[in-house]
Amino acid sequence: MSKIEVTPGMFSKVEAKPSFKTAITLLSSALVVFVFFGLLGKAGDVKFVWSDKRELIQLPQWVISSTTLCLTVGGLLLAIAAVSLWLAIREKKTPVWLVAVFGLLAMFALLGWLATGATQGVQMVFILSNTLVLAIPLILGGMAGIMSERVGVVNIAIEGQLLTGAFVSSVVGTMTGNLYLGLVSAMIASGLLSMALASLAIKYLVDQIIIGVLLNVLVIGVTNFLHSAWLDNDSAHLNFPGTFDKISIPFLSDIPVIGQVLFDNRITVYLMFIIVPVLWFVLFRTRLGLRARAVGEHPLAADTVGINVAMTRFWWVTIGGMIAGLGGAALTIGNVGSFGREMSGGQGFIALAVVILGRWQPIYVTLSALLFGFTIILRIWANQVSPGIPVDLITMVPYLVTLVAVAGFAGKVKAPAASGQPYIKG
Amino acid sequence: MTPKKIPSEIPAVDSKANSVLREIMSGDPVRIGLSILLGFFIGAVFMVVFNEDVVKSWSNFGADPSYALSTVWWTIQDGYGALFSGSVFNLGADNFIDGIRPLTETLRFAAPLIMAGLGVALTFRVGLFNIGATGQIMVGLAGATFVSTRLHMPAIIHMLVAVLAAVLCAMVWGIIVGILKARTGAHEVIVTIMMNYVATSLFTFFLRNPGMLLEASGGGTPKSDHPDGTAKLGALLGPDFNLHYGLILAVLAVFIYWWLMERSTFGYRFRMVGHNATAARAAGIKVENTFIWALAISAAFAGLAAANQGLSLDGGLTTSIEAGIGFDAITVALLGGSRAGGVVMAGLLFGAFKAGSSSMQFAGVSPEVLGVVKALIVLFIAAPPIIRALYRLPVPGPKIYEAAKKAKEAKVIK
Repeated sequence: MSKIEVTPGMFSKVEAKPSFKTAITLLSSALVVFVFFGLLGKAGDVKFVWSDKRELIQLPQWVISSTTLCLTVGGLLLAIAAVSLWLAIREKKTPVWLVAVFGLLAMFALLGWLATGATQGVQMVFILSNTLVLAIPLILGGMAGIMSERVGVVNIAIEGQLLTGAFVSSVVGTMTGNLYLGLVSAMIASGLLSMALASLAIKYLVDQIIIGVLLNVLVIGVTNFLHSAWLDNDSAHLNFPGTFDKISIPFLSDIPVIGQVLFDNRITVYLMFIIVPVLWFVLFRTRLGLRARAVGEHPLAADTVGINVAMTRFWWVTIGGMIAGLGGAALTIGNVGSFGREMSGGQGFIALAVVILGRWQPIYVTLSALLFGFTIILRIWANQVSPGIPVDLITMVPYLVTLVAVAGFAGKVKAPAASGQPYIKG
Repeated sequence: MTPKKIPSEIPAVDSKANSVLREIMSGDPVRIGLSILLGFFIGAVFMVVFNEDVVKSWSNFGADPSYALSTVWWTIQDGYGALFSGSVFNLGADNFIDGIRPLTETLRFAAPLIMAGLGVALTFRVGLFNIGATGQIMVGLAGATFVSTRLHMPAIIHMLVAVLAAVLCAMVWGIIVGILKARTGAHEVIVTIMMNYVATSLFTFFLRNPGMLLEASGGGTPKSDHPDGTAKLGALLGPDFNLHYGLILAVLAVFIYWWLMERSTFGYRFRMVGHNATAARAAGIKVENTFIWALAISAAFAGLAAANQGLSLDGGLTTSIEAGIGFDAITVALLGGSRAGGVVMAGLLFGAFKAGSSSMQFAGVSPEVLGVVKALIVLFIAAPPIIRALYRLPVPGPKIYEAAKKAKEAKVIK
């Protein structure tokens, strides 16, 4: 196996210069936590509840003064920002794990600040497990995005792929009474949609963005029609699949907090646990992945060494679409239990953002998707613990983070160089 | 013919995309006609297959085949007949006013689609794929609603100020996208998607806030007061019709767009950048600034659509007033080939779909089928190879452009 590293953007001409943008972004967020949450925040105690009542091992609740918490965390955040500044002065990049730690700490302060004085406290298990479940479609949609953009096809149709998966899994799951069959057919249907995208984009050279947008419009149109003209007539026999049973993994699920959050879930979640590392491994540690990345970065060079550019693109886009279909199934039979009109509600577009935020790397994409999942549950939860909080402003945060990231304020974000460019074998 | 790559100082503008846009724009009427026909045909198939009467009659086809066939015919006639009588002329009406009302409804629904569609079309001509009309409309709505509910002015002036507020607010949103695109090279598709979500949250935030837009009798739901009578776009054809002065705004917008793109130096620069950004740069055009201007003016058109939506209602506003116009604008611009005339026709077609959907519902046919028809028509038009393959026009395949070129050369020789 060769040691050549193919990184996103290695063939694009934009120079990578270490900049102060990351440090400035971190510093300003740290100041918000320190001043706004800490110094100016509500005084009062905040209670962190770590265990569900039905858990085997009960962890004690943790009560702390909100001001102390926010000032301490704010101080830590300022320290991290200072490190980042120091690295920037020495012309080094801020490591991603440090940014991740920063994010986690900031979330902690935010939760504490929101729940100050609330009787029920911060129910960590509730928040974390819902974050995970809500992030599944985003993660799997994001994997579809990675798989197609890494080989040079922009996939705007993730929304349509999710919606197809959601619809087909619900209908097939109900009609056959077998949810696993629903899951498989969702993947097949979504894969077929992706084949349409792939062949139009690769063989017929239709603009990738336009075709993606239009496939979304088509899927929305078709599922809306079928929902009103077909499913609504007899939803008990057509659109009532129920959900997968939760599978508790023995022993692991008894670990406090982590066990409940990670190891007491539906099959869709476990499949995600498998898909993400496998995709990472294939992409960065195998010949197949190296070839795929070469196709996405420099199709002409890949073609010269004998890689079939068109076929590589076609199959990666198709398999990516199947994974997105699985994400769609996670919406219905993995969470809600029936198909609703336009139920993907823009999650496919968020998945696009997640791909960029995660820099086309499966693990980072998963983390960014969790950030979005967290904000979805935060919006619901914040309304309960502290009514009157401007939830709409919280909702905005991940989108603003993405904007900041695309604008290059959070380190270099580079798409695969040939992403969106058709390759015509000359 | 290989696509020429433009150096990456101008990110995401590649001539390939532009040549596809050009091909869509070249709008060969035969292909458009065939696409519309095929869209309606497949829509009819959907209506028939998912109609209970048809399914029942076909289950004993052997017993009564003529009945089975006639149910198919009646379903299609009911559906598209209702669409016609709901959007063009109601043949069953007692008098002319009732008969012609559907047509005025079509115009009313078409007006905002045309205005927002022109905005998206303008950016297509510059080689940008702007899907931010939704966000621009939301922000424009916030501006229009603030002026129309919180400020008080004499009649016509109030309305003009409100329209101006909508346009300016939307422009701010467009300029942000333009600056991000021009200065940092961020892809406009991602930026506009994010800006749409931010704008929707921002508008909801304003609507929820008593100090800003929340109605005086403010409940828990984010909803504004109804606009002042002085700020409203008045009825255009008297009290018998819902049609309002928004149509005049749309007509003005079409004229401005046509003049801007086809007659002004400004539009010439836009088109030049759209055709070939490198050549435009070599010719001394500041490509980055052109992007910012294009996105600003494009947003102004979306702002007009916002004014149309925000100033025409009797009741208070919620975010649902946007009614998917921002997203439909993309399909309108694609179908209209980004030309003023084409956008008007596409807007009228989709306006008719919106106007006719309630009477289709009434006739027992799910109007959602129009969503399928709409998507198919634009898909066929935007993806020329599909329609070519279906009607066996020329050779499909990766060398399609060469084939087209050869055909053109052959024509010249003749």
